[in-house]
Order: sequence, then C-alpha cells, then structure tokens
Amino acid sequence: MISPISLAFRKANLKNRPALLTYTVAGDNNKKKSLEILNAITNYIDICEIGFPHNTPIADGGQIQTSAYRAIKNGIKISDVFDIVKKYKKNKNAKPVILMGYYNMIYQYNENKFLKKCKEVGVNGLIVVDLPWPENKKFARKCKKNLVSFIQLLSPTTSFERLKKIIKDSHDMIYYISMLSTTGGKLKVSPNDILKNYKKIKKLSPKKKCVIGFGITEKNISKLKFSDGLVVGSQISKEISRCLNNRQNPVTNVSKLVKNLQNKII
Amino acid sequence: MKLKKNIQLIDQHDKYGFWGGKFGGSYIPETLKKPIDDLTREFKKLRKNKSFIKKRDFYFKNYVGSPTRFIKLNKLSEHLGGGQIWAKVVSDANGGAHKIYNATVHALICKTMGKKYIIGDTGAGYAGKMLSMAAQKFGLKCKIFMGAKDIKRQKPNCDAIRKNGAEIVPVTTGSQTLVDAVSECMRYWVSNCDTTHMCVGSTVGPNIFVKICGWSTAQISRELKNQLFLEFNKIPKKIKLINCVGGGSSAYGFWSEFIDFPKSQIELIGVEAGGPQNSKLHAAPLSRGAKIGILHGAASYVCQNKEGQINETESISAGLDYPGVSPIHCFLKDTKRAKYTFATDEEALDAYKLVTKFEKLNPSLEPSHAFAEAIKIAPKLRKDNIIIVNSCGDAKKDRDILKQRLPIK
Repeated sequence: MISPISLAFRKANLKNRPALLTYTVAGDNNKKKSLEILNAITNYIDICEIGFPHNTPIADGGQIQTSAYRAIKNGIKISDVFDIVKKYKKNKNAKPVILMGYYNMIYQYNENKFLKKCKEVGVNGLIVVDLPWPENKKFARKCKKNLVSFIQLLSPTTSFERLKKIIKDSHDMIYYISMLSTTGGKLKVSPNDILKNYKKIKKLSPKKKCVIGFGITEKNISKLKFSDGLVVGSQISKEISRCLNNRQNPVTNVSKLVKNLQNKII
Repeated sequence: MKLKKNIQLIDQHDKYGFWGGKFGGSYIPETLKKPIDDLTREFKKLRKNKSFIKKRDFYFKNYVGSPTRFIKLNKLSEHLGGGQIWAKVVSDANGGAHKIYNATVHALICKTMGKKYIIGDTGAGYAGKMLSMAAQKFGLKCKIFMGAKDIKRQKPNCDAIRKNGAEIVPVTTGSQTLVDAVSECMRYWVSNCDTTHMCVGSTVGPNIFVKICGWSTAQISRELKNQLFLEFNKIPKKIKLINCVGGGSSAYGFWSEFIDFPKSQIELIGVEAGGPQNSKLHAAPLSRGAKIGILHGAASYVCQNKEGQINETESISAGLDYPGVSPIHCFLKDTKRAKYTFATDEEALDAYKLVTKFEKLNPSLEPSHAFAEAIKIAPKLRKDNIIIVNSCGDAKKDRDILKQRLPIK
C-alpha cells in the first residue's frame, strides 16, 4: 500500500508542481492558535511539518528559536503536541504530518512509547535533527515497524560514499539541506547549485522523494520548483512574530503567506 | 560497566563514541558529520605524530609555563588539623587557568588543518581568554561566544579577550549563560564549518571534543605524578585528589594518570556547584540525581525536566554554571571510581576566605568549591593522609563578585 507521504507527492506531481511543505512549531504562539494556523493553511499545502519545541536547539536559527521559546513559555508540553496533531488530523483536508525535533525529547518520553503515540494520533513521519546516520539505524527501523517514515537528512557536506549509504537506508522521503546553515539563514548558494546537488541525489535514487529545505522563502521558492518538494519554515515563524508585534492576527496572515507560496510554484 | 586498565579513559569508548555504552556519542546535525569526521581523523593522526607531540610539549613548556607548582598549604593544614592539604597551582599557567592547555592544542590543530578562523564558547571567560591568547599567538582570527549574564559578571576576562584581538559575541537567548553560549557557538559552526575550526571549552560536546580536551589537560596529572615522586620518593599510600567539576576538563586532567590506581590508595573526589543555599537551582547533575539526557551532542547526566527541556542552573561560579557534565565523569561515577559531591555558593565563599587568609594563594570561585570539600574532610583525617586540591583558576576574574559578596576584605 502506498504511504500517505508518497501519495501526497504523487498528487502534487500530477499537477506538475513540487509538493509544498510548511514547518510550524507546535504551540506557537499558543496551543489554540497553532492548531488554527494548521487548519487555515491545510488547503494550500501537501505535507505538514510540525516541530516539537526544545529549549536547546543546536541547529535552528533565530526565527525558529523564537517560536520554540514562545511555545515553551506558553506551557506547551509534548502531550499538547500530540493533541494538536490529533485534532488537526480530524480536518477532512488534513495532510500527512511529519514531526520534527531533537532527540532528547524522544529519549525522555521513551522511544517505543513515543512511536506508539505517533501511530495513535496519526503522525506519518519523523525528522530527528541530532540523530544522524548510522546512529539512527536502529530507531529508523523501529519507526518503519510503526508505519512512521524516518526521514534522513542530507547536507552539502555529506560525502558521496555516505550519500549512497544513507539513501540506501532511507524510507520514502529524504530531506536535502540546501546549504551550510542553521534554519532560516539567508540563501548563500545559488538555486542552480542547490539543484545540481539535488540531481546528484535523485540520480542515486530516482524513486525516493527528495525535498529541499533551509533558507527557502517567497523570494526564491520559484527558482527551486523543479524538485520533488520544498520546505518553508523560518519565514512562517518570522511572520508569526511580526503579527504578534503588530497586534495582527497570525492565522490570516500566515494563511495568506502560504497561499502565496503555493502560487509561486504552480 | 567496567573501567579498563592501561588504556587512557578518553579512548575507552565504543565505535559510536559511547563510554560505558551510554555516555557520550555524537548527537549532531548531518552538516557537522563531515567536519567532525575530518577532525577525528586528523586528531588520531596527530596524537601519534612525533613532531606534533614535540610541538605541543614545546608550547606547554615555553608558552603555558609547565610544570605548574605543587605546594603544601602548611598554615591551612595546621589550622584545620588532621590531613595535610596540598595544592597543584594550575592557575600559575599562562593566562591563569587550565583552559590554556585545551586552547593551545586546538589552535595547533586548527593551524595544521589549514583553517584560519577559530571559535569557542566560554562561561567564566577563561576558555575564551585562553583561546583568544592562543589564536593571537598562532595568527588565527577568533570569535568567542559568551552569555550576556556572564559578560557582566566576568568583566576582567572579557577585557582580556578583546585586548587579544578577539570578538566577543554576546548570547542573549535562554538563561544567557554557558549553556546558551555553547548552543550558539555550535550553531555558528553549522553555518561556517567549511572555513572555521570549533573549540569546545571543556570535556563536553560530541565525542571528539571530549577526547581532544581530555588529552590536553592530562598534562596536569603527568606533572603531578613527577612532583609526587620528587616530594615523597613514591606515590604516597593515602591520597585524595579533589577537583571542582563543571564540564569536568580540569578534573579529568588532574586525575587521568591516577585512574588505574586502587581507590583505596588514590581517591578521586569531584565537587559540583550546589548553587545558593536557599535556591532550588544548582549545577550539580552528578551529585544531585539528574537523569541521563542529550545536551550539546552528547549523552550525560543533565539537569532537565521530565519532558527533556534543559533546566536553568544557578551558581556563583560562571565556570561551573552548566546543566550537563562530561560523559567521562558520568562513566567514572557509574563505575564508582570517582565520588561526586557539591558545595554551595556560601561554602565556596567561606572556603575562599579561609584559604586566602592563611595562604598566598588566590583560587577563583571554581576551585574554591573544591577547597570547601577539602576543608570539610581534612580535620577527620590522619596526618599521613594527603589531600591535593587542583587550584585550577585565579580569582582575578572574580574581582567584582568578591567585592560585592565579601565587602569587609
């Protein structure tokens, strides 16, 4: 049976466009609002990445750090994160959900219990930022057993040999980090160079879906549209911050932003 | 879980970098895999390379100023009665603390690897000061990440860092102390790892940084071993080596040569920061029952909540004010080779007062925690028992805090 994540790519593919993935931090700026944001953007996206916030994030830039601190300050717990997913999944237009975060949160919750809970609320995939290959092999296998895709990350620093091995162990989706940066950095390499590396990965595994993330915004997303999927995160965090500072409604504004992102890749 | 004999502790990890199967490892983003693999390979080569060792020893002798003194604290011992108290005055080292060993080695590695930029984190400011010194000495451009709270409370060291031509990057996220400085430094490295070398200021972080730092500070115990032979003609029968533990780099350096000795002959005691007497916050994951967690790329005992969010810590000593601890110390704790306890802010201040009253020694607030333990146990010991405290930092940097907390002096 085809997985919901693969199905989402197939649907986007049929429309001749890359899949659009958004990343938002669960509980940003509070539990209710973050669910409202998900429900508001769900019609414009194909896959929904949701971050479980951690207070010592070693790979996130300023925007997502701000979102995470905001959510934690407002009391968000891991049980709330699962609750948000569960409620979002009740939306008849809900898209596949990928949870993303740092390993300590999973470790403290207990790997098996965490995956059971993922399965229960309808999580389709997992990205663990600080659990690289090959250390993640055991956990990735556990994910697969629970019908959760473990999404391997690749970066411009990943050697060709390593690339081959990671892809071999990956599930239906791979995540290519566009440049040497934390999340939300300014895109410091040209879209052409990014696509060159992307093609290298695709050549090794034409069937597996590969998304590109880090540094992608309204400004540059259309230049990367010849890919399987694109992730936008920090720009959304930034928009939420902007709305909160100007006492505007983040739900309508984020929704506008995401709609616009979709328009740029059609 | 068992310690092996005749193998340096820094090398007693498995292929994934875990000590005792569960402490350490390398929990890092994919982007850092390659720079960390490169560094691991380079270090493996360099530590066997005779000319690199020669270079290290040359700079340790002529730049750091090895060996540092080993002295008996006669008046303090007399006053307390009981065991003899000695000090290894590591604060004699160039710059005033043990951090110079790790900084010098990292600068040498950076230079060998052909990188021109070096970055590092700092809490008390000593790691930053020493890295800026070493960078200046070896012609490297240097950035130091430091929590905004620490910048305020350790001004003398900040002045020194700037004077050495390095840039201080203030970190204003979270608790604005060492934990945030390390995170920010790692984030900067993620973005600049192609041109920049990162120095982690203690025996914490991904496996390779624990190893490099431990390999560097081990110089302290090599010296001490020689000095013990010179002083006593043998290794005495009853020794207690007392050291403060934040990340744990000076403690590992102080102990490494003595780990193979039986516990009945050489006891290892680590003293963590217990924080203010009336506060719930502390920085003592080993001695106050913290659970294992992952912080800054390694698994260790970590002050954290149930969910895995890292707790805020509190200590008068910026150098010990860190929620995690070296995986090596977790391993030493669980194998019961070392014993860990804590001293409160007040106990450290009292110890500082007593030591400076009787001796010509000016230990910073970090080793004052170790002195607090020595003062506590000395009266209960027999005269032939030897307590050695690693006086690993100089109190010049604590000028402002001491003025405020000990106004009479």
